Formats: sequence, structure tokens, C-alpha cells
Amino acid sequence: MKDILKIADREINNRLFVGTGKFSSYKLMQEVLESCDIDIVTVALRRVDLESKTENILSYIPKKCTVMTNTSGARNADEAVRIARLAQASGAGNWIKIEVIKDNKYLLPDNFETLKAVEILAKEGFIVLPYISPDISMAKRMIEAGACAVMPLGSPIGSNRGLKTKELVRIMIEEIDAPVIVDAGLGRPSDACECMELGCAAVLINTAIAVAKNPVQLAQAFNKGVESGRLAFLSGVPAIVGHARASSPLTGFLRQ
Amino acid sequence: MSFYKTYSEYKNLDLDKQFSAVRSSDILYASVKTDSKISKLINLLSPLAQSHLEELAQVAQGLTLQYFGRTIQLYTPLYLSNYCDNKCVYCSFNVENSFKRRKLNHQELEKEAKFISSTGLKHLLILTGESRRESPISYIKECVKILKNYFSSISIEIYPLSEEEYSELITSGVDGLTIYQEVYNESIYSKMHICGPKRDYVFRLEAPERGAKAGMRVINIGALLGLYDWRKEVFFMGLHAKYLQDKFPDAEIGVSLPRLRPFAGDFKVPYPVNNIDIVQIILSLRIFLPRVGISISTREEQNFRDSLIPLGITRMSAGSSTRVGGHTINASIVESLAQFEISDERSVKEIKMKLEEKGYQPVFKDWMHF
Amino acid sequence: MMFIKINGVKQEIEDKFNLAELIRIKGLSCNQIVVEHNQRILAKEAWREITLNENDTLEIVSFVGGG
Repeated sequence: MKDILKIADREINNRLFVGTGKFSSYKLMQEVLESCDIDIVTVALRRVDLESKTENILSYIPKKCTVMTNTSGARNADEAVRIARLAQASGAGNWIKIEVIKDNKYLLPDNFETLKAVEILAKEGFIVLPYISPDISMAKRMIEAGACAVMPLGSPIGSNRGLKTKELVRIMIEEIDAPVIVDAGLGRPSDACECMELGCAAVLINTAIAVAKNPVQLAQAFNKGVESGRLAFLSGVPAIVGHARASSPLTGFLRQ
Repeated sequence: MSFYKTYSEYKNLDLDKQFSAVRSSDILYASVKTDSKISKLINLLSPLAQSHLEELAQVAQGLTLQYFGRTIQLYTPLYLSNYCDNKCVYCSFNVENSFKRRKLNHQELEKEAKFISSTGLKHLLILTGESRRESPISYIKECVKILKNYFSSISIEIYPLSEEEYSELITSGVDGLTIYQEVYNESIYSKMHICGPKRDYVFRLEAPERGAKAGMRVINIGALLGLYDWRKEVFFMGLHAKYLQDKFPDAEIGVSLPRLRPFAGDFKVPYPVNNIDIVQIILSLRIFLPRVGISISTREEQNFRDSLIPLGITRMSAGSSTRVGGHTINASIVESLAQFEISDERSVKEIKMKLEEKGYQPVFKDWMHF
Repeated sequence: MMFIKINGVKQEIEDKFNLAELIRIKGLSCNQIVVEHNQRILAKEAWREITLNENDTLEIVSFVGGG
């Protein structure tokens, strides 16, 4: 049986999701997406610059990709909802990564506003994947409200510090039935591998690939990291077995 | 969504087949993995696991220390009434057993409460047989009103109620709910409960979640060990506890392991459970659900109870009586039938000393209403 | 002549200008953009039915790279 990730109606083969920001060119971004056979891609919505001509990023994204619009820029639920509706009106589909950030220093998400946005958008039929600070009770509420997955951050956006929130992410994987997708802060293929070994359904990488010396090659390395981590998880990584403490037997009384 | 749905999903699982496929490596692996997957419980409950009890005991003890420390909470049961409308084949209070039925009046209750409270116990479990006519909610509320003055935590072990009725009792001062399914196997259940309201399997099964929704802080469930194949019963009890923990993370979920003992009546224990089995049950539940409370009552004899303490027990009854008014009134003239016989007759003081000797702190009170 | 706001900036245009015409004149490709007129999102097909009035606000957005 093939190991497929299913979100809404989409069957996802590649558990490496890629963000399209910060690339030096759309062409390079396209090469990354094609060479790694990426299934899920994020984009953002911005005001058009009326003074200059800009290219249409969507024409550089392979047809097979599902485009997930990121509500980046939103500082509260209402703005996120507005962006989502704009994205849908453009014909780009209804997959939305809800990102609501009020904090400009660390770019940490506002879970409360994000939950409000999930509630509204899920009711309107959007496929909602909220980007969150790992908080298990918030995550549960979001799933109950209709989110199709949760995306806890690994470490602050763009910091490339890896999976600093490992313990909280591990708890989320154990306690939540829905896919847990680590997003933000992963810098190396080994970070992606670590997430997948833990049991994450997928990872989203943007900065690390976009700013690398050789984005296409690094993306391929990430691909392998994700595959390797996933395979390890499916095989059942052996637990670290501690030795029993040397003390008087606890069950000796049964033999008396 | 209710536990009955979960039960129905698993009721046709061939547990015997699952148990026989378990290997030693599965058992040891299960004991160290931190997930609470169903397969883990199956591994721990398997017959083969009885060859690994010492290793499992070490793990269970480690987990209990981590989650509960070296403390054991003490409580006692107080029987308010033994009137019952049910015909349960295994119980002394069976409606067809003829004996003089009793119900405590306010003075008698006050006397019992004073006495129990004087032993230092602050956690009380009040019980009745199942009779809405003789011991209606109004009667229980009156009793709680009196008992509130003596005890900081009152749990009920009575007939299953609706969510609104649980809310009412919570408002009047109850904070804990104990209700045993007795038998999780649906067809055995109907054989054991011949007539009376208790025949309604699903209503009883869903009582703990109604209590939790109403706001019960502590919920205890249990299976009466001996009525059916204990491995299968504990499997479902484990699933039930996990379901409640997952669905109501703010409630304290506990399990009890009442083992069938001799009582007045013709009933013979169909599936006897021995001491090694009890140990395996405690270890399995502790490892499967590290946070779950585990109670051992005075049905178990003294030395055995003491040996179980380091294996994962978190609550013990002390100074118990299963007679109505049995703490004070039975000492006088009035005859009263016990629901089951007590094996550990030690006083609260004796149990306290024993716990301290074993390096455990007896906890008399860990809750208070504002 | 009248003033409207486009993407937060005040712009002067001829009275009763048609929205679809405005978009064409600005050189915007209708396949890449989404237009919000006075807080309402408009389907592409509706653009030519809108006549702009004094103080109308337009938000014109399109997709860019994002994380």
C-alpha cells in the first residue's frame, strides 16, 4: 500500500511542501518545483504595483501543484478572511494557509486570531491549514472548527534554527488525529528528516531553499531528508530502552 | 460520538488471536514506548506478559513515581441505602434477596459522618443501591448537604443519571463520580442483569461521559473482575479510560479493580481472577495510561494490598464498611447486610502507619471547594 | 474629473469611468489580478458593469511568492 498523505480530497505524494517567497527569480523557483516533483506550494497575495509590470507567478508553477494561498500580511482574523476570499475569487483555488502575525520581531503567529479565521473560513468551505505556535489546546480547537491539518512552527520564520519546538510538536502528533505539518524555521535536510521521524505528516520549507547557493540541489537534498525520515517513522524507530533499576524485586511477593 | 461507538468498533476484534500473536519483544517494546496505542494494551494484557512481570513492574513503578510521586489518597465508602430495583446475579443487594432494607435518616447520617471525619478522612464516596423511588436525587442532595460540612470531596456511586441530574448534584456539592460498567461484554452483561433499570447497557456505559460533560472533576470506572474473561474486560475498561481522558482532559480519570468476593446468594464466580492476574492488570493499565488513577478496595486482603502499593496504586479505601450505617450503627443492635465482605479490616490509623512505613504519604485531603 | 483610491493611493480619473476600461488602461492582465471594489470582491465578469464614482476604493491584488 502506497504511503499517501490525504488532505481534503487531495492525495499528496511528496511530503515536502515548498514556499515560493524570497527566490531570486520565478524561473529558479519553477526549476525547484519541477525537479523535486513538489505537490503543494504556497504563494501570497499582495497589492499590485501599478507603476511597473510584474510577471504572473502562477504561470511558473507546474500545473500538478496545488497552490495554497498564505494570508501573510494579515494582522487579525478579518484581514486573513479577506485575503482568503480574494484568493478564491482569483480562481487560485480554496486552499488557505492561515498566517496571522502581529509580532514583527519574531514573526510568531497569533493563535487566537488564527482560530477565529479558521472558524469563519472552514464554514465557508475553504481547505484551511493554520500556521500556529505549538499549543495543543488551540490546535484541538482548530481541528474541531474544521481545519484540515495544523502547521506548528519549528522555530521563527527564516531563522533556519531547526526544530526548536520538538517536544511540543511530539505531543501534538501523539494527541491530534489530523496531520501535523511543521512549518517555519527548518534550515537543513536533517531538520526535515527529524520532523518526519517524529511522525509529522509533512514539512513546509521556504527560506532555506530560496536563499541557498544552489536552491535546486538543496531542494533535492530536502526531498531525500523528508523521504528518509518518513521511511524511518514507518519502520518503527527503536525506543531508547533504559536498563531496569537494580532494586529489590517488586513482584517477588507473588511467588511466596 | 459516545464510548458505545468505540466499543462497537472493537467488540468483534478477536482478542484471543491478538493475544496469541504477541511476542516477548512486543511486550518489552510496548513498555518503553510513550504512545497509548491499542496494540500496546494488547501486548501488556497478553498471557505471555505474565513472564515479564518484574520488568513491567519496574517500568510501572517509575511511571507512577513520575506522575503521582509517593502519595496514596485515602477515602472510605458510606452506604446510604441498600434498597435496589435490580436483579443482578452477583450482588447481595439483588432485589430478590430478602433481607431488611435500610436507608439512613439524617441523624444516622450525621453520626456516620462525624465518626468517619474524626478518623481524618476528608474524601468520601457515598453509595446507594439502585432505587429512584427509595433513594431519589432529592434524598441524595439532602445527604450531601449534611456531608458537605464534614468532607471536602464527595463522590457518588449510585444509579446512572442524566447530564442534568449530574449537574444538579454537582451544584449541591458532589465533585466525583464512580460508576462501574460491571461487564463490558454486552451479551454477558444482559445475562448478569436480569431485570430492573440496570438492564440498559448503553445508558450505564455513557454515564461517565454525561458526568464529565456536567462537570464532574473526578471520574472512576471499573469492571467487576470475575464476571467474564478479565483480559477482555480490562481491554475495554482501558479503552474506556483512554476515551474519557482524551475527550475530557480536564477531568481526573481513575479505574477500580473490584474482584468478586463471596457474598449472600447462590452465585459462583464464573471467571476467577488470581493475584498474578491482578498484578498484571495494574501494571498494564499504569503503563498504557500513565496518568490514570488506580484504586484498590478493601475487598482485597491486607498483605496483598500492601504489596500492590509500589506497583501503581494511587487510591485506597480505609476503615471501610459495606453495610448501611456500618461505621457506627452496625456496632449497635441494628442488623444490616453487607454488599460484599471486607477482607482488609484495618482502621484508618493502621493503614496510615503502614503507608508511612512503606515510604508513602497518605493523603487525606487534596481538594477544597471555595 | 474625480478622485478615487487605488491600493491606498488617491488617483484622479475622468468621471464615470468604467472599471474594466480602467484596468485595461493600467496595463493589468486580467488573469493575474483580483479586484475589490468598495470592500466587495468582484468576479472578472462583473468588471465591465461597474461605473466608478467619487471616493470609491479599489484594491487590486495579485499573487507573489510567499512562504
